[in-house]
Amino acid sequence: MSRKSLDAFPDHAVSATAAAEAPWPVRRRHREKYAMNKELLAFIIVAVLLAVVPFTFGTSTTFIAMSLAKGLAVLGILILLRAGQVSFGHAMYFAIGAYAAAFLSSAFRGIDMLLLIGAAILASGVAGAIVGIFVTRYRGIFFGMVNLAFSMVFYSILEKAFHITGGSDGMRIRRPTLLGMELKRAEFDIAIYYVILLFALLSVWLVWRYLRSPMGEALRAVKSNETRLEYVGLSAKSVLLGGYIASAVLCGIGGVFMGMVQGLATPEHAFWTRSSELVFIAALGGPAHVAGAFGGTVVFEAVRTYAAALLDDSWQLILGVTLIVIILWAPGGMVELFRRLTGLDRAKTLTPEAGR
Amino acid sequence: MIFNKLSLGGVLAAAMSAAALTSAAWAADKPSELKIGITTYSSGSASVFGVPARHAAEILAEGINAKGGINGVPVKLYFIDEGAGLETLMAEYRRLVEDEGVDVTFASISSGVCNKMAPLAEDLEVVNFMWDCGTQRILEDDKYDYVFRTQANATPEVLAPLAYLLKTNPDFKTIAVVNQDYAWGRDSWEIFSNALKTQRPDVKVVAELFPAFGAADFSTEVSRLQALKPDVILSTSWGGDLDTFVRQAKQRGLFESSKFVLPLAESSLQRLRDDLPEGVIVGARGDHYFLHPETRNDEKFKAFNEKFKERTGEYPIYSAAHMVQAFAALEAVYDKAIKANGGEWPTKEQIAEAMIGLNFKGLGRPLVIREDGQAIEAQLVGTTAKRDGYDFKVIDQMEIYDGKDLMAPVGEKSLAWISKFKADFLSKVPATPYRHQ
Amino acid sequence: MTPNFAVLALLDGIAYASLLFLVAVGLTLVFGVLGILNIAHGSLYAIGAYVAATLGQWLVANGYNPWLTFPALFAGATVVGIALGGMLERFLLQRIYKKDEVLQLLVTFAVFMILENLQRMIWGVQPYFMSTPLNLLGNISFLGINYTAYQVLFLPAAAIVVLFALRHFLRHTAIGAQILAVTEDREAATSIGINATRVYFMTFVIGACFAALGGALATPTTSLVTGMGANMIVLSFAVAATAGLGQIEGAAVSALMIGVARAFAVYLSPELEVIMPYLIMVLVLLVKPNGLFGKDTARKI
Repeated sequence: MSRKSLDAFPDHAVSATAAAEAPWPVRRRHREKYAMNKELLAFIIVAVLLAVVPFTFGTSTTFIAMSLAKGLAVLGILILLRAGQVSFGHAMYFAIGAYAAAFLSSAFRGIDMLLLIGAAILASGVAGAIVGIFVTRYRGIFFGMVNLAFSMVFYSILEKAFHITGGSDGMRIRRPTLLGMELKRAEFDIAIYYVILLFALLSVWLVWRYLRSPMGEALRAVKSNETRLEYVGLSAKSVLLGGYIASAVLCGIGGVFMGMVQGLATPEHAFWTRSSELVFIAALGGPAHVAGAFGGTVVFEAVRTYAAALLDDSWQLILGVTLIVIILWAPGGMVELFRRLTGLDRAKTLTPEAGR
Repeated sequence: MIFNKLSLGGVLAAAMSAAALTSAAWAADKPSELKIGITTYSSGSASVFGVPARHAAEILAEGINAKGGINGVPVKLYFIDEGAGLETLMAEYRRLVEDEGVDVTFASISSGVCNKMAPLAEDLEVVNFMWDCGTQRILEDDKYDYVFRTQANATPEVLAPLAYLLKTNPDFKTIAVVNQDYAWGRDSWEIFSNALKTQRPDVKVVAELFPAFGAADFSTEVSRLQALKPDVILSTSWGGDLDTFVRQAKQRGLFESSKFVLPLAESSLQRLRDDLPEGVIVGARGDHYFLHPETRNDEKFKAFNEKFKERTGEYPIYSAAHMVQAFAALEAVYDKAIKANGGEWPTKEQIAEAMIGLNFKGLGRPLVIREDGQAIEAQLVGTTAKRDGYDFKVIDQMEIYDGKDLMAPVGEKSLAWISKFKADFLSKVPATPYRHQ
Repeated sequence: MTPNFAVLALLDGIAYASLLFLVAVGLTLVFGVLGILNIAHGSLYAIGAYVAATLGQWLVANGYNPWLTFPALFAGATVVGIALGGMLERFLLQRIYKKDEVLQLLVTFAVFMILENLQRMIWGVQPYFMSTPLNLLGNISFLGINYTAYQVLFLPAAAIVVLFALRHFLRHTAIGAQILAVTEDREAATSIGINATRVYFMTFVIGACFAALGGALATPTTSLVTGMGANMIVLSFAVAATAGLGQIEGAAVSALMIGVARAFAVYLSPELEVIMPYLIMVLVLLVKPNGLFGKDTARKI
């Protein structure tokens, strides 16, 4: 059977910086600058709104903290999507982040939160580098499958090594100190919210920069034209490896935050449905923009948490139908819908592919 | 909640909350209802065990409310599904305590869940009854102010069946274990095997199998056990897992070559019917049995059995009995705390204080909560038999053991206590024998 | 441990492999022809099992001849395969054939979520049993060990029949030839008058029937619980990927490998049982990314 080139998401939806082929480069650049200022403004507004959540919507603090943690992992998926690759095993790095915290917090009671985060970054980065060396040889569906295979091996180990990992019961993550301060639960909930928010904003900024950097452009070339990459002397494998490690680390950070908020590391974190969920959210939110990762997560988690109010036990049904509708009619996800609604991206939605 | 959070930034708010705390220390307003959060399995293979407990809780709550509630305060139940996975469970538990303002929680069935839930309850400062989970570790490893267990723990629950086995089948030479792969399956085997070593060091363990919790197929395990032909097969599994294992083992004649010891199988008798043969040693993690030889004629016992049968079409199993104990402890502790508080509605601190030394009675022998928060509960073990009038196996040749004889003393860990057993310790543990009537 | 244990482990492994193969073959067939890796295959498996169990329980409860539960297994599977599989292909998959494979994968994942939810809504969350067919066939004794005839005779026989029937169907019938032609080159096949749309539809329905059949035939050996579809789909992925996606005979071989390895683990080192399928998958894919029997051309560089 023939293998189509992997083109998960129409290019127009993927990048607002596809200026190279633009017919009117000058106008385009102008518009971009304007758009970027707007984006920066939006970024600041969202950051401020999130920063006041504990004072305005106190009861949602933990919900948003968990959404942001998961959004960090989705951000990692987004990086790979730029390279046209989809991993069905990234929940493994999420679990690695959580378990790193679990092991350390039970070995050293009262360990500092920053150390746990550092350990999670290190562990997921190293794991990402090792696994990445193998999996970056593959593309497309094989890339997805090999990642799946690794994550299921890891999942089975977590589930079976009862005396080390707590088996299917998982491990408790004891509440860490923050900068040496012992926190009560309510204080900890607020404190970790701000730490997560800080990391989320920082990651958004870094990923944004990364995707606009030459390495980020090279990552896009892995998707569109690997040979071109080789012409300019870049190895597609190492470009992809860089993106892979970055995505693994983001998942690891997401995992350590989720673990600390819940006080729990469980093998469920690494199960394949979780990996698929991350990809699902990326598609739901829209891979075109870093905002999609977090917007998608909030919608996903909100439906999951509150759908029961509408119709008992129906969140999978609602989300499944939503995703199908999005893929069939708005493959750019919520980001594209937003752009269509606000008219921010009118020129692009008029391209013939947009209606697909 | 909100001002708690503000206290992080504001000295004023901190002072306010401190003031609120001190005033709360000696009086509490009588609430309009007493909210109880209960975790039980309502989905998955363990739900066959969890749903009867839920029915029991509803019957009991209706009963309490029909007579005007607890000191005039009606109870309201909130159920959380343990089958939904730890993450969802813990999030929902927190939501119930923090947002819904639940006063008391009963958590939980699974030992794996209890291991996570007990620290969470302590952290949230909510009074929690571990109403069914078995692992002995929680109250032995840590000291808790808000966590209590209204039933026994793994130690007497597996030592009693072991004592029974040693008495009724003294000659066995080999044993194999098939337990669920989670805290209960692992901890119960650790206790059983360590105790067995002290009593019968010559017995050889020929296989230790730990299929996953919720496993739906035991074919290969059954083949291996047939090949090994151990004299005794122990399984502390329960719920749908135990049912499936027994059915597959029965189908392939495993019961004919090995003696089965199923310390939790009282809860599966009515579902398994003829799939469970005669001559199997069964227990009930306590003295729970719908024909309890000592209490079957008590009014409370009869009334509950009738209501339960009427609602579900079945006799109560031990998960229902454990729920009865949790409610009995709840009523008893509120009575005690209100009396101690001069008739005023007690604070949660006063409730927690009143738990120590609390006497209460479920459907079996009376129970008491020790100073470490652990209840002492009698144990009933017997052998399955076919008797007229029942389309499932009943328990015959029963022995009831007093809980205190089989518990590690306060402050001592079970495994350390067991390691000091004399070689005839278990054969000398007193028990009261009963026959099926 | 007796030296016979290898033979015993082999028998257990074959019984398990037969079920794995039945499910994986549908998955790999659909991928081979349509190029879609259908995650919802796992839901079809679960729903096939639930329908078969419901039908069987109904027959037994209403006093019909218990042997009727055998045709009920097949009838249930066929109904699920044709009705559900047919609807999926006709109303959803037909819209996404031109889309990228990752989007296709996500659509099937969305379908998986929807079906998991519907399955809970219809059958609830408590376990189901229906072991009548297994009890009817009784036991056979081998080396002093009792096996159920259902597991060591009936299931392998069913798997072998499916394997050879499918081979015959693809190689020696007109429709089979059309399917192969469309697989080879859809454009060319269409130009010589083959109705590719119909071929896709039929292939998907056949694949769905196999998934449902796997579920239906598994029913007597197990208890049906929520989440069984999620576990089965990832196992049959392991089988299909180890063999090479689209390899039908290969799937039989890798199902055997995985089934037997798992059974040996239970005898030798039970802790490794769960990890075996995925370990094999990782090792094979690292050495041969296209699977044991896959062709190298499939890889895009």
